[in-house]
Amino acid sequence: MTDTTTASAGSGSVSIPTPDSGGAEAPGPDAEIVLTADRLVVEFRSGRQTVQAVSGVSFTVRNGETLGLVGESGCGKSTTGRALVQVQPPTSGRVIYKDQDLTTLNPRQLRRVRTKIQMIFQDPISSLNPRRRVRDIVAEPLNIWGRGTKKERAEKVREMLVAVGIDPDTAGDRRPQEFSGGQCQRISIARALMAEPDLLICDEPVSALDVSVQAQILNLLADLKERFGLTMVFIAHDLAVVKNVSDRVAVMYLGKLVEIAQSDELYRAAAHPYTEALLASIPEPDPDHTSDHKALTGELPSPLNPPSGCRFRTRCPYAQDLCAEQEPPLRDIAPGHQVACHFPLIEGESGTGGTVSPVALTAAAGLPASSSQRPTAVPPNPGPPRATTLPGVVTPPRPPTPPAPPIPPAPVAPAPLPPPSTAPSSGAAPAPPADDAVTSDPEADAGGSGGRKKKRKKQ
Amino acid sequence: MNRRSPKSASTSLDFPDAGGSSGPLLVVEDLHTAFRTTRGTVRAVDGVSLSVDRGKTLGIVGESGSGKTVLSRSIMGLLPPRDVITSGTVHFAGHELTAMAPQQLRQIWGAELSMIFQDPMTALNPVKRIGKQITESLRLHVDMDRKEAVATAIELLRSVGIPSPEERIRWYPFQLSGGMRQRVMIAIALACAPRLVMADEPTTGLDVTVQAQILDLLGDLQRERHMAVILVTHDLGVVANRADDIVVMYAGRIVEQAPTRTLFHDTHMPYTRALMDSIPRLADPSGVRLNAIAGRPPDLIHPPTGCRFAPRCPYVQDKCRESDPPLRTAGSPDHLFACWFPLVNGVSTAPVASPTLRGPVATAMASVAAPPAPAPGTPAPPAPPVDRDGTDPATGEQPS
Repeated sequence: MTDTTTASAGSGSVSIPTPDSGGAEAPGPDAEIVLTADRLVVEFRSGRQTVQAVSGVSFTVRNGETLGLVGESGCGKSTTGRALVQVQPPTSGRVIYKDQDLTTLNPRQLRRVRTKIQMIFQDPISSLNPRRRVRDIVAEPLNIWGRGTKKERAEKVREMLVAVGIDPDTAGDRRPQEFSGGQCQRISIARALMAEPDLLICDEPVSALDVSVQAQILNLLADLKERFGLTMVFIAHDLAVVKNVSDRVAVMYLGKLVEIAQSDELYRAAAHPYTEALLASIPEPDPDHTSDHKALTGELPSPLNPPSGCRFRTRCPYAQDLCAEQEPPLRDIAPGHQVACHFPLIEGESGTGGTVSPVALTAAAGLPASSSQRPTAVPPNPGPPRATTLPGVVTPPRPPTPPAPPIPPAPVAPAPLPPPSTAPSSGAAPAPPADDAVTSDPEADAGGSGGRKKKRKKQ
Repeated sequence: MNRRSPKSASTSLDFPDAGGSSGPLLVVEDLHTAFRTTRGTVRAVDGVSLSVDRGKTLGIVGESGSGKTVLSRSIMGLLPPRDVITSGTVHFAGHELTAMAPQQLRQIWGAELSMIFQDPMTALNPVKRIGKQITESLRLHVDMDRKEAVATAIELLRSVGIPSPEERIRWYPFQLSGGMRQRVMIAIALACAPRLVMADEPTTGLDVTVQAQILDLLGDLQRERHMAVILVTHDLGVVANRADDIVVMYAGRIVEQAPTRTLFHDTHMPYTRALMDSIPRLADPSGVRLNAIAGRPPDLIHPPTGCRFAPRCPYVQDKCRESDPPLRTAGSPDHLFACWFPLVNGVSTAPVASPTLRGPVATAMASVAAPPAPAPGTPAPPAPPVDRDGTDPATGEQPS
């Protein structure tokens, strides 16, 4: 990241950091990075207090990729989305779109860039002007930019309405309130696509819709993404929805990224207790689904005064003393899989992490509580619900160094263990050598706290 | 917390004790509700019959516009007096609600039969402290004095998981988060220990984590108090693990009704199947295409002739467009469905695939329609289930 930092000084154009481990096997591991959020911080002042809405979030999105951003209300995911578009200018940090640092652009330049970055909002009905006709709403981006002749614009509006499944002949002259929520969302999508954006930021686009309509809109977004070659950031609170549309998923909690991984890996091998809780809270449409899920207790702490150390610790069933003292950095536990937890539920398949958490290992392997290895209280039911569904990830042959040696949990600056000599465990793609994941600087992607913690693992 | 004792003398109606009387707690028979509008008559509920036993949970599932909310309000008797045409009967604990005067209904609302609304912000009074809103019904129905009612309200808030209730009781709704407001709604609904709670989309608009909390809470309180619950939702996932029986509504009618496991494992109505398939599953690989139901629910002023789902049904036949399928039983008497060509083991018994297939269902259909068509009514041989990818183990494709 150092190279980009220097480059950004002065001009609004910066060089994009080289591909790093964080980007991993998205639909083109080598695809160009379209968007980089770098240590994004958004704070709101209210009186003498400061709401820390987003506290140092970093990630990258590659061309053609869909990155999901998931978390509860109040976790800062929408604020992050708005900061990306500079609707809410970040307090600090950078947003790099292609070669431009959006935070340094003047309003005029920003307007120009925004045609390439469009947003879709949660409430489709209130995001459309109720007094205007559908045809005019959709044509507005073209009118603003004066693109094409009147006839060409009208033709383009027709095409786009058809593309989103709205009949332009019957619908064009109607007003938004004559449509259902799902149809209004289609109209919003049509409007967003009129300026031919590259990047679409969808902020809870289906949360207000019925499941049946939700499926229609999700399919529509998938089709349009393909057809228009879009890159997407998809923000939602329902992990099942996010997983369906996303190549990679970033989980946010109280303004920070706690885990980021490929969608399927996140489901198969969730490493953060919060991710586990999110997964467990999704209602499965299956009467035989025995969820021993413990609904997450309590509510999100106040972002005015976030907990010390790990922000999730106040609700975490596995919290230890360390969690209150030190903030866990976002670190690699597998290629493209990063987690910010002192005691992740799984450890790196290739041993990249270097920290072995006795608690998590026992818990994840579904082993009965072996007293000596548990620092303190672990909920009576040892197998976390999801952990038991991790065949091939956790149970496979542990490296010769089993969890037995009680390595004190010291995740901040561990010496990376040599990669285990045993074959990499099955499941995900064969893990590249551990060094690989560590060498490439994870900061661009991983900097939940990258800015502050200098003692990140560097070999 | 069991305070159903001092039901005051002001209650002139005699309600047999919950344990004492037999038979279902709520019986709805051939209920019709229609609204007169300038465009014509909207038949929002069109001949619905159902029953709920004491202590049980009934799930009512359907899309927006299927009439599920109007149904729940019709049962409660909460419809506006004007421009509404109703017929049919609702019996609750032996009393016919549909024949009651508003004053009599008011004695039942809250005390015996209460409702949790979808949007707690609009359902709660924004200018009254939450404590006041809870004690209101206690003082009215249970005849408590102020002090006693306040103590009970604090207990109730505690039981719905609101921390430091002694303080919160003086708060206004806007000071609470969405999840907390819904907990307050539940506390109000449960204050007088009703026998039936109607929850209309109680968790729509809440985060999934909060949804799980609220539904678990409702389930715990239900067991504790032996209440019956009607859970109205658009999401089959919400009721799959919580309801004893499920009613699926479409365009104002019941299209399938069965005990929960039967409904999931032996789905007969293509609409039910489609609702299940439109839910994104965690177990599916990411990027898998969802089986969305094409189109929208019909206009209830001019519903289509024949089966109302026919215009959107992947298996539609001519017969479906011509005549209305009756609600009939299959296998067991408690499994009802309204379809001419029901699914058997996940495969349609329709003789030929319709040429009007649209969208993703068409591809799913292709595999089903390919083998020689079985005659209607005969169980089709086990074939690839009409599922998103045919490999979903969670949908219960086992023959039952």
